[in-house]
Amino acid sequence: MHRRGLLGIEMLTREEIQEILDRAKFYQPLEARTGKKLDRLQGKTVIHLFFESSTRTRASFEIAAKRLGADTISISAQGSSADKGESLLDTLNTLAAMRPDAIVMRHSASGAPHFMARMLETPIINAGDGTHEHPTQALLDALTILDHKPTLAGLRVAIIGDIVHSRVARSNLHLLTKFGAQVQLCGPPPMLPREFEYFSPTVTRTFRIEEAIADADVIMMLRVQLERQNALWVTSVSEYFHFYGLRLEHLKAARPDAIVMHPGPVNRGREISSEVADFPRSVILNQVENGVAVRMAVLDLLLAGAEFKPAESTKPN
Amino acid sequence: MPDSSRDLLIQKGRIVDPSQAMDGSADLLVRQGRVAAIGKNIQAPEAQILDASGLVVAPGLIDLHTHLREPGREHAETIESGGRAAAAGGFTSVLAMPNTRPINDNAAVTHFIIQTARQHSPVNVYPVGAISEGSRGQRLAPLGEMREAGIAALSDDGMPVMNSNLMREAMSYACGLGITVIDHCEDLDLSADGLMHEGYAALRSGLRAISSSSEDVMVARDILLAAQTGAHFHVAHLSTATSLEMVRQAKLRGLPVTCEVTPHHFTLTDEDVKDYDTNYKMKPPLRSRQDREALLQGLADGTVDAIATDHAPHAGSEKMQEFERAPFGITGLETALGLALDRLLHAGHIGLTRLVELFSVNPARIVGLDRGTLKVGAVADITLFDPERRWGFDVNQSCSRSRNTPFHGYSLRGGPVATIVAGQIVWQAGSEKSSNQK
Repeated sequence: MHRRGLLGIEMLTREEIQEILDRAKFYQPLEARTGKKLDRLQGKTVIHLFFESSTRTRASFEIAAKRLGADTISISAQGSSADKGESLLDTLNTLAAMRPDAIVMRHSASGAPHFMARMLETPIINAGDGTHEHPTQALLDALTILDHKPTLAGLRVAIIGDIVHSRVARSNLHLLTKFGAQVQLCGPPPMLPREFEYFSPTVTRTFRIEEAIADADVIMMLRVQLERQNALWVTSVSEYFHFYGLRLEHLKAARPDAIVMHPGPVNRGREISSEVADFPRSVILNQVENGVAVRMAVLDLLLAGAEFKPAESTKPN
Repeated sequence: MPDSSRDLLIQKGRIVDPSQAMDGSADLLVRQGRVAAIGKNIQAPEAQILDASGLVVAPGLIDLHTHLREPGREHAETIESGGRAAAAGGFTSVLAMPNTRPINDNAAVTHFIIQTARQHSPVNVYPVGAISEGSRGQRLAPLGEMREAGIAALSDDGMPVMNSNLMREAMSYACGLGITVIDHCEDLDLSADGLMHEGYAALRSGLRAISSSSEDVMVARDILLAAQTGAHFHVAHLSTATSLEMVRQAKLRGLPVTCEVTPHHFTLTDEDVKDYDTNYKMKPPLRSRQDREALLQGLADGTVDAIATDHAPHAGSEKMQEFERAPFGITGLETALGLALDRLLHAGHIGLTRLVELFSVNPARIVGLDRGTLKVGAVADITLFDPERRWGFDVNQSCSRSRNTPFHGYSLRGGPVATIVAGQIVWQAGSEKSSNQK
């Protein structure tokens, strides 16, 4: 990832992922302790370019960059030249000509950052592309799981919801299977095509939430993405919640040490009941917190990389 | 069209003409734009000599499926540039699909295309008329008037007729006119806003899927309607194993059903779509390995009637976009014969006679053209190709105005050497540069 940016989990090796997670772990305590700014990325400029709405990812990336001392600017497609009919390629060429050190990009089209990475020298960090990948989400999910579980290998992870439209599910599938986790996918059949099992022999499918939850160590709920859906696929919000919403009674049947995750934003009452969202074993806010650490790690490795010396940096002066 | 210019003697070629069950070494004399004689050691002292030793001399190739973009989208292709690309690919005739701007849904547009082609295209251009007004699928276009004006077939290519009753009417009408109905078989509700073939590759890349059934459902419908109306139904760019099997069964029942396959569908699969490269985005999409295997089988066993390019030029700016925003389609006129020789003939799937049938004899029969033969007296549309010539396709040398092809840089064994239309040599290998500079 060092030169080309971070486009997805699929092309990363285990070692590369581990390197990011290790670096993120280093930033975790700092995170908890203090908001003090570091100077790792002093003099570097990061552009955050969001063609799709985002609250947490965008804020998380910006905070991560600023904590490391980078200068950041943030552009949303609303009110930008994209609205005036400029092509994506021209928009990015224009921004790249201002010589930023990286462009963090979110786009509604799958593959948009990959297309740009072929055209530009500037490293691109994918902050979510269509229904394809959301690599930093999978990294922060892994970091969160590892806060609660010793290892990913052999772990039973249930991913529940609108799998086919989920970039979070795809990035997590790549990451979890690379580390030997067992992934059980669960959702209504139209949202869970058979081909998902081709990701790895350790991936299985079920259409019943009770079955998905029964032995799970980790229960990962996905947001129902009404904006991406063919209207025919979901009969109604209440029917969806009835069959695939996570409720307290489900958790009573789950393993006592199972944790509940959600990438946010949570739609209470649509895919997860309010009580579950606030449940003690729900780690949703840990995920948000870890998001900053993971994004600091990614920016750090990408932009400052080689000259990293943890021993010196840990000591606050 | 045949003219009185100098005679042309094509010497020592291997003449492969399935229309008269001919495969052997002979000379071929062209006089006044027509085939005058075929035989050993023809003497014609006045004639221009074309040495065809080592080459195949075949009836001119006919592409049943080309988009020339004129009128209306001349930035992507014109009748002239597309015609030159066709000639450079060994084609002597192309059928021009009607989805221009305006749509070719009336005799005036048909006339315009024919006139423009006469003046500017080196190859024959046969317009295809729209089935419905504006290809909107609501009312039949004036099919009879367009037939009189010179259309060779009917199609709402790219905007398929979803209304089954309208399609039935069109077939019934077309049957009376003796004109073939070509359908781009796609149920638009099933394909929805899909981008690539439904399968693991689409799922992994997060690109919305186009199911095989979106094609199969329409092939099934059209076979039923053809059986009922008696119309000749031709499946455009057939791409799935199931559709092919339905065509096979229809033929066994003696129905007037034919089909074509594109070079990209017999060469590539959905696993080749990589890096969100929009040069791999077309409709129908590149299908699965099993589908490709079935097409190869169909090409070999006779179920597939023709190879057609679906040459669909798009300007660079249109293709240089996010995958989901880029238009569907790739160019294909200059790579079709090379791919067929390399991937079908040399790979052992078909022989030379079958290849010429697929490219020339059958396309002429499917739409009823008086071409696709080298019988004495026929218009001298002739393609010379070298099955052994090794060459690399360089898109930057293309005659087309567009560059959207996944085959740039392909090394191929076998390719066109000369294209002759009505006795005139309109293209010869090595002449690309001079014709580009004109």
